[in-house]
Amino acid sequence: MILRILGEGQFELAEHTVEALNGLDNQLQAAVDSGDEASFHEALTALLAMVREVGEPVADDHLGPSELVLPAAESTLEEVRALLSDEGLIPG
Amino acid sequence: MGVMKRMSLIFNAKANKVLDRAEDPRETLDYSYTKQLELLQKVRRGVADVATSRKRLELQATQLQQQADKFDGQARAALTQNREDLAREALTRKSALTQQIADLQTQHTSLQAEEEKLTLASQRLQAKVDAFRTQKETIKATYTAAEAQTKIGEAFSGISEEMGDVGLAIQRAQDKTQTMQARAGAIDELLASGALNDPTGSSKDDIQLELDRMASTSDVESQLAAMKGQIASPAAAAAIEAPTGAATAPAAEAAPATAPAEATQPEESA
Repeated sequence: MILRILGEGQFELAEHTVEALNGLDNQLQAAVDSGDEASFHEALTALLAMVREVGEPVADDHLGPSELVLPAAESTLEEVRALLSDEGLIPG
Repeated sequence: MGVMKRMSLIFNAKANKVLDRAEDPRETLDYSYTKQLELLQKVRRGVADVATSRKRLELQATQLQQQADKFDGQARAALTQNREDLAREALTRKSALTQQIADLQTQHTSLQAEEEKLTLASQRLQAKVDAFRTQKETIKATYTAAEAQTKIGEAFSGISEEMGDVGLAIQRAQDKTQTMQARAGAIDELLASGALNDPTGSSKDDIQLELDRMASTSDVESQLAAMKGQIASPAAAAAIEAPTGAATAPAAEAAPATAPAEATQPEESA
């Protein structure tokens, strides 16, 4: 399964690792819903670290979409909310 | 549904919307390729803009550092003249600058990181654009419009997602450089105004003026002391005021004493 970290590129993940990611992803979603900036950063940082650890970077010339997409490391809660609420914010 | 899945759906929806709109999906390939090349140009400009901002910060940091060094020198000069008050003032100004220099360094680090990220993004995009061009030609040459529909999906979604990502990265970099430019403008104004002395030293701040005044005062004082000494001891004054006259008189008095010595010299040589 391919996951993209915005600003970093795509990673190939083994199916069994996704389960662990989902737990953190739920925490991230909860933080976005509640507007808790601190736990948002905590969950995002942990998620990104795990993806970088267990994932294999995909070759630059691979031309396929990602099943999962994660915000860039320095994203604010506000930016992520905007991305999730309005697809028009994605340029290009 | 978590954040990861929702974001991926949003990116995919964007790509699908473009594909669905096209009557012949093969047409979208060329259009998209043009867009990709435009975006590549944009990323490269973005990298150049960030680099320009970074260099401007470096220049400003150097100027502020020169100014801080100057305040430091002033503080030392003031202390040697027992003016702790002036030294204190100079060091206070220096510490305000030191804070600003530290801020500039933080911003510089963040711009450098941004530059590296954009450079990598531009390399990734370039690799994908090249791969897309190859696939595009194969699809156009090999498939009918109906067959192309499914073949195009993956490649198009992939490149569209990459373009969205890169587009976001450029926006972030632009926001950052704009903030930096506003700050840099403020520092330039500060450097240009009287608040900070310019590092060339062509204009003088009040501490420098005071140090100069003290230097000329102490010069006047030492001249005064010399003159007072001359007046208190007229002989010394005469020695200074009429050096030739004073020197010839003792020489004439000493002449008789030296005469016998001179007289013995011919005898010794003979």
